[in-house]
Amino acid sequence: MNEHSTGHTRVDHVAEDMDPTLSLTAGPTVLQRAVPERSTTNKVRCDACPVLCNISEGRTGACDRWGNVNGLLTRIDPMVMSRHPVPDEEASVFLTGVGSGTTYPDYKPAPFIVSSRHDGVDIVTVVTEGIFSYCSFKLKIDTDRFLGPEQASIRFDGEIVGHVTTAEYGSQMLSIGGVHHLTGGSKKEGRATCELMAALGNKQAVDLAIDGGSTLVVQSGAPPIVNGERETRMRVGCGSATIGIFAKQWLGLLDEVVVVDDHITGVLTEHQAGKYLDIRPSGIDLKGRRSTPGRYFKVANPGTGWGGTDIEDPLSIIAGFDDEVSWPGLRLLMVSTTGEHSGYFVLDEHLVPQPREMPSEVRQVVTLIAENCEPALTTVLFVAGAGGSLRAGATRSPIGLTQAIKNSRVNVTCGGAAAYVWPGGGITVMVDVARMPDRSFGTVPTPAVVAPIEFTMRLSDFEMLGGHMESVQPLQTVWDQHRSRIVSVDTTNPWPIRHTALLG
Amino acid sequence: MSGPVGGAAFERLGAERWHFQHGPIDLIIDVEGDAEASQRGIAACWDEFQGVLPGLVRELPTLRCAVDDRTTPRGPVARRMLRACRAFADERFITSMAAVAGAVSDHLITQFDQPGIQRACINNGGDIALFLAPGANFRVGICSHPERAGATPSGRVPLSGAFTIDRYAPVRGIATSGWRGRSFSLGVADSVTVLAADAATADAAATLIGNAVNCLHSGIVRAPADQLKDDTDLGSRLVTVDVPRLPTSAVDAAVVAGRVEAELWRDRGLIFGAAIALQGRMEVVMPVSNPALVHRAAA
Repeated sequence: MNEHSTGHTRVDHVAEDMDPTLSLTAGPTVLQRAVPERSTTNKVRCDACPVLCNISEGRTGACDRWGNVNGLLTRIDPMVMSRHPVPDEEASVFLTGVGSGTTYPDYKPAPFIVSSRHDGVDIVTVVTEGIFSYCSFKLKIDTDRFLGPEQASIRFDGEIVGHVTTAEYGSQMLSIGGVHHLTGGSKKEGRATCELMAALGNKQAVDLAIDGGSTLVVQSGAPPIVNGERETRMRVGCGSATIGIFAKQWLGLLDEVVVVDDHITGVLTEHQAGKYLDIRPSGIDLKGRRSTPGRYFKVANPGTGWGGTDIEDPLSIIAGFDDEVSWPGLRLLMVSTTGEHSGYFVLDEHLVPQPREMPSEVRQVVTLIAENCEPALTTVLFVAGAGGSLRAGATRSPIGLTQAIKNSRVNVTCGGAAAYVWPGGGITVMVDVARMPDRSFGTVPTPAVVAPIEFTMRLSDFEMLGGHMESVQPLQTVWDQHRSRIVSVDTTNPWPIRHTALLG
Repeated sequence: MSGPVGGAAFERLGAERWHFQHGPIDLIIDVEGDAEASQRGIAACWDEFQGVLPGLVRELPTLRCAVDDRTTPRGPVARRMLRACRAFADERFITSMAAVAGAVSDHLITQFDQPGIQRACINNGGDIALFLAPGANFRVGICSHPERAGATPSGRVPLSGAFTIDRYAPVRGIATSGWRGRSFSLGVADSVTVLAADAATADAAATLIGNAVNCLHSGIVRAPADQLKDDTDLGSRLVTVDVPRLPTSAVDAAVVAGRVEAELWRDRGLIFGAAIALQGRMEVVMPVSNPALVHRAAA
């Protein structure tokens, strides 16, 4: 482990300090109603439904689906089968790994190796819940607001659980979890990371704090909340791009437009788009560092004010107006890249901008900027390496499975959701948790994250790569002999048994 | 896309069968009639269903208290719960929660009272509301030993009894309570099935009769409800955790106690009949004039 690459709250491990490896998703046997236990104060709050039970250790909530096992909210739930709206009944059901459990040691066949017929071909799906230490979440947060400097630590419950990575166009990327935080730091860090990862995977809202940056509330598919403010819109483009898009519509209505943006602030009359339209220079003198004509870096510090900067008063980024070029009566619009902030000013006889009520034609253009913005969301992608011993649950020849995936003979899904398989060695998969069934993730005290994974292939291929043929059972048998729950699949998912893996 | 966290879910289980689920509520809904009317009914039912649990949660503290004259819940399901339980509240400890499952079924079944629908049934974990158009009837079976399902030669669920309800029987609610069920029982009955005008009343009565089917026997394991479950409306009352094989005398005593309770509510006109199952004994409390169980020719 490289101590310099990842921040940790570090303690020395001793052997007795380690938690035993124990699956918490094994089944309902842990909560016997016939074993009344004394009330303890170690309660967990279940937010699986609006009832919001506070559940004491060893008990279940109002639904009997969720319980408190050793202080952790745990699904006491049947397996999940997803159903697809096709006429052929058997081919319409796909057994997911959610709730299937895991096997230990690994070489034992996976909990379910099921066969079904599809288009006359025998299909086998190896269904398991993987215990992943090597896994993380990549969060794409649609915002221009400053979340924190690149490489800054992200904290959950006071523990370092990840870091800020690159900014992408209109979005900030975060990396959460990973093996160094799960098992490389203190025990508390590992637990906090594990709890956070399960919550993110289960599409719950979580509170994060970034060192030297903002506090955040993020949830898969929901708008991010930065420093208590809910982000509503994603910027239409950077300040310069906004000018490029709208310059023609401002012509005649305004003499100068400044689009305030933390990345690149645009100035209409200096910008190539303004020059092309023969707009008269305004003599504005903007703070910040000029990059190319009409494009300014660092007009202010990053923040949660206008356009992802820290400014509340837009005039504070204007150094002044050139009295040889500017003129009294000059009409100035200052606007952010989402149209959320805007101000209309007219220069007085001393060339000082004075706020004026915005004419309705100008208001319409500001509205147009806002209307061209997409809703800001948080996207949560699960990344995990399934290339290890988990493969032994499917086949006696693990490399065979890896190669068969790379040769498009085996599909890989997580809870029935299409997983992207990274190029190169191993089976590194990436999947949007929004496409997975609710409550797909669990934890073990190792600490590690439990997630469903399914390998689907033709029966003949399964046999060829050394699959556990003796363990294959018909889907109908699993259906008849095990408690299961049916979920409707996200219809944007390709149906698992008709497709090969999304290969990189 | 998946729904919001903790949201309601539905699934079509067959041509005429649906499953609605939200938190602790699980409904199996059967609708028969012309396709368009059924579809409309299910759509209306789903619209209504999504508000049911949030509505109940808002009033949960009130609904978990013993029913008294000052209790004034606002939501439509909560009002049904209170109305059903108030009839029993003068003489028995009862909270509105005793009728929650039945009240949910009653509230939603009204969506199917539409032209074109022949019959509909909403089964909320054994608390069932019915809708019947003229000419339609339901054959209802009681299974007091679900764990024996598959043990019969035909592989079917073994029935302890069965009866028919048609449009002219004044029964639109059937509820079953027992110590193995999801809700706690103070008694030892394998099952108490009650027929009443609506499911909420049947639910409350089944709970009370189930509590009454009781006896003193050292092998019966009981525990305070609040040590088994958080936020229970039963406080520290002793609820049944396990029932051993009981001697005949104990079975007799328990069944008689249950019969006395069932007859009390039948004579008040609150229920029509009840069937009590305990370790192989089946005790049926018949309607006074037997209106529910006698098949009448359609008028």
